[in-house]
Amino acid sequence: MSAFTGTARLVRLAIRRDRIQLPLWIAGTAVFVPIVVASVRDRFPTEADRVEILRSATESPALLVLRTAPTGASEGAMIMFSLLTYVAVLAGLMSTLAVVRHTRQNEETGRSEMVGATVVGRHAGLTAALVVVAGANLVLGGLIALALIGYGQPAAGSIGAGAGIAAVGIVFAGVAAVAAQITQSSRAANGIAAAVVGVAYVVRGLGDALGDRQPDGYTVVSAWPTWLSPIGWVTEMRQYEGDRWWVLVLPLVTFAASVGVAFALTVRRDVGMGMVPDRRGPARATPALLSPLGLAWRLQRGTLLGWTVAMVAYGAAVGSLSQTVQDALGENEGTADTIAKLAGGGNADLMDAFFAAMMAIYGAMAAGYVVQALMRPRSEEAGGPAEAVLATGTGRLTWLASHLAVAVGGAAVLLVAAGAATGLVDGLSSGGAGGKVLDMTGAALVQLPAALILAGFAVAVFGLLPRLAVGLAWAAFTVSLIVGQLGELLGLPQAVRDISPFTHVPAVPAASATALPLIALTAVAVALGAAGLALFRRRDLVL
Amino acid sequence: MTSAISVSGLVKTFGQTRALDGLDLSVDTGEVHGFLGPNGAGKSTTIRVLLGLLRADAGDASLLGGHPWRDAVELHRRLAYVPGDVNLWPNLTGGEAIDLFGALRGGLDKRRRAELIERFQLDPSKKARTYSKGNRQKVAVVAAFASDVELYVLDEPTSGLDPLMEAVFQEYVREVKREGRTVLLSSHIFSEVEALCDRVSIIRQGRTVESGTLTQLRHLTRTAISVETGQPITGLPEQAGVHDARVDGTRAKFDVDSHELDHLLRYLTRFEVRTLTSAPPSLEELFMRHYGDELRENGVKAEATVS
Ligand SMILES: Nc1ncnc2c1ncn2[C@@H]1O[C@H](COP(=O)(O)OP(=O)(O)OP(=O)(O)O)[C@@H](O)[C@H]1O
Ligand SMILES: [Mg+2]
Repeated sequence: MSAFTGTARLVRLAIRRDRIQLPLWIAGTAVFVPIVVASVRDRFPTEADRVEILRSATESPALLVLRTAPTGASEGAMIMFSLLTYVAVLAGLMSTLAVVRHTRQNEETGRSEMVGATVVGRHAGLTAALVVVAGANLVLGGLIALALIGYGQPAAGSIGAGAGIAAVGIVFAGVAAVAAQITQSSRAANGIAAAVVGVAYVVRGLGDALGDRQPDGYTVVSAWPTWLSPIGWVTEMRQYEGDRWWVLVLPLVTFAASVGVAFALTVRRDVGMGMVPDRRGPARATPALLSPLGLAWRLQRGTLLGWTVAMVAYGAAVGSLSQTVQDALGENEGTADTIAKLAGGGNADLMDAFFAAMMAIYGAMAAGYVVQALMRPRSEEAGGPAEAVLATGTGRLTWLASHLAVAVGGAAVLLVAAGAATGLVDGLSSGGAGGKVLDMTGAALVQLPAALILAGFAVAVFGLLPRLAVGLAWAAFTVSLIVGQLGELLGLPQAVRDISPFTHVPAVPAASATALPLIALTAVAVALGAAGLALFRRRDLVL
Repeated sequence: MTSAISVSGLVKTFGQTRALDGLDLSVDTGEVHGFLGPNGAGKSTTIRVLLGLLRADAGDASLLGGHPWRDAVELHRRLAYVPGDVNLWPNLTGGEAIDLFGALRGGLDKRRRAELIERFQLDPSKKARTYSKGNRQKVAVVAAFASDVELYVLDEPTSGLDPLMEAVFQEYVREVKREGRTVLLSSHIFSEVEALCDRVSIIRQGRTVESGTLTQLRHLTRTAISVETGQPITGLPEQAGVHDARVDGTRAKFDVDSHELDHLLRYLTRFEVRTLTSAPPSLEELFMRHYGDELRENGVKAEATVS
């Protein structure tokens, strides 16, 4: 038996487990291409427009840090300037999360110990994870290349963009493979890998900001730090402006090296253990832990922190985009129409419609968090410590309600954070920060009742069908999202769209916040939650 | 004597499986009660019903004078439970888990906690994900014994403990017994049950097949005798209650039903008994005898396994 025996079987297993998650990541990332192409064409239809905007961009180091060093004024180069680094970060996060999911997380749950005792080679698990993730990146890169070619961009540059994105994702897969070997928990491995993605983004930003502005006045040659960053490599490929293919060697060599390191580490450590031993913790519990609510908070706070960081970053990005969008909206009816449809507001102010569309996305994210948080009670019950906890003086209602409180409170925190970040960044660039923070926070909080419905549903299925709860709750989330957020674009009949809670949320700030739908949504959510609690109290524990 | 646990006719089904099939169990206040049965007999299921984690389909159960399902929360404050599979939170330390269980149960004795951690040689500042099975078990045992409760419900508490720790465990069970507390101890370790338990209940396929003190149970089974006499022994195999007799002139080895022992000794004296050794049946033998049918079905010879 070789060290790789059984890899094919594990690949199939991993694809099966990821059959929903990875396609969502890929689609969610690739969708940036049509959005950005439309925006570039609206705002900067001629080369002269692009030269003008890039001239001012090269004078703003902050903008170069956020985006990248412009390489030219062709339409393709402008698209790359607007999208490449964001998409690279998304590909990186998709890859690191997936690799950790199929390596360290498997070990943590003891799955790989059981798999490892069957006929699979020592390297099979990691190899399978890397094969699946590399495949996902190739699909993503292929989609991006095809989309760009479809928009009439030169084939070479388009393929360069796709290949570069795929390569960057694959590099981060290698990073995650190493991180998964040196830590003991998937949470820590995810943290390390995501931090490497973040550092890569910032290092590249520094190199671009410190770069040399060329005599033409609108292109910049990045300084050396950019070359230290995998995200810098994809921008240094200079798609549509010279197409430097040889740069692809850097990610490929790095990937090969990191995989080599990861394999070497696999041989040196035991299953379930890491290279960096777990830090010791307190021998006594702090009083804050010693209650059902304290415990729920302790178990959930890491997840909430991660989501908060993500939503603040997203909110800030939206806030910083608002000026750009405003310019674009002024000029193009088609985009305005799309945005207005997404937001569900009729003839409202277009800027408000844009923000309303963004609020709907915050609502979806908050709902996603709530569903994730409310799956925790189920994992505590199924082969977890819930049995022992519920044999203490902790009643079932108290126990479940504690998790519910953390989830609902957390969703509110996320919406406030995203809304406030949007208002703050928008306000700082266009003035009136104070008022905008309040407006946007309020607008974001309007989304809360829709997230509450999904919370109520998750609790209800947990009470009624515990074994199916995880699948049903995520299915409800996905259906609500598709039907509610895209229903009008897809032309679904109103009766179908009405099943999604998102359909009923007023499109604030495009529409005014009407109390009735919010109260109705909240009432339904409370009813679902109460039913779930009552059902859980009456049923057997399902271990 | 009052009853800490009393169960009669308990039935619990999981789909097609009838896990409990009219089970009876009675545990007196202040006793250590052994709860035995082969894998899948329904021990853990019984315990979970008693803890209100599962709901019985039929039968009566009362625990510390209350109803296990309706009065669950109040009852839980008066008992401590060590589950058969101890699952902890991977990123909480053992010490945190002990404090947490103590607090959720209504407080724990700090001095006793320290003493238990010391005696069980537990490192309380390690994250639970790094604990071995035995150490996870210790966390649950320490949390239980550090709580001031009337009833300890222990489901295979020592599976995974080494012999030294097993001895420490037995000491604490004796201590809580001295203090008048009740212990329900499910176990597969016969020596532990023999050493600790006042009474035992043996269950099989969801039904109680034997219950009583060890002496009472022994009475229901056979004693192994080895004897040497002055004159050749005759007629032994024909005596009532004698099994597997091997007679070799003045020597004989055989088993005898315990209730025929007196009669048999009278019979032996006529051959001038020189030496006699008798071995009372061990709990293991008792157990094996009850499951003899099952073992034989599976091709295992009960006696062979015993000796
Ligand atoms: N949640 C469940 N769903 C279906 N069957 C179950 C469930 N829990 C227990 N059983 C079945 O009930 C029977 C009794 O199981 P139980 O766990 O009570 O046995 P046990 O006496 O504790 O065994 P062991 O000595 O192995 O711990 C077994 O046949 C088991 O398969
Ligand atoms: Mg059991």
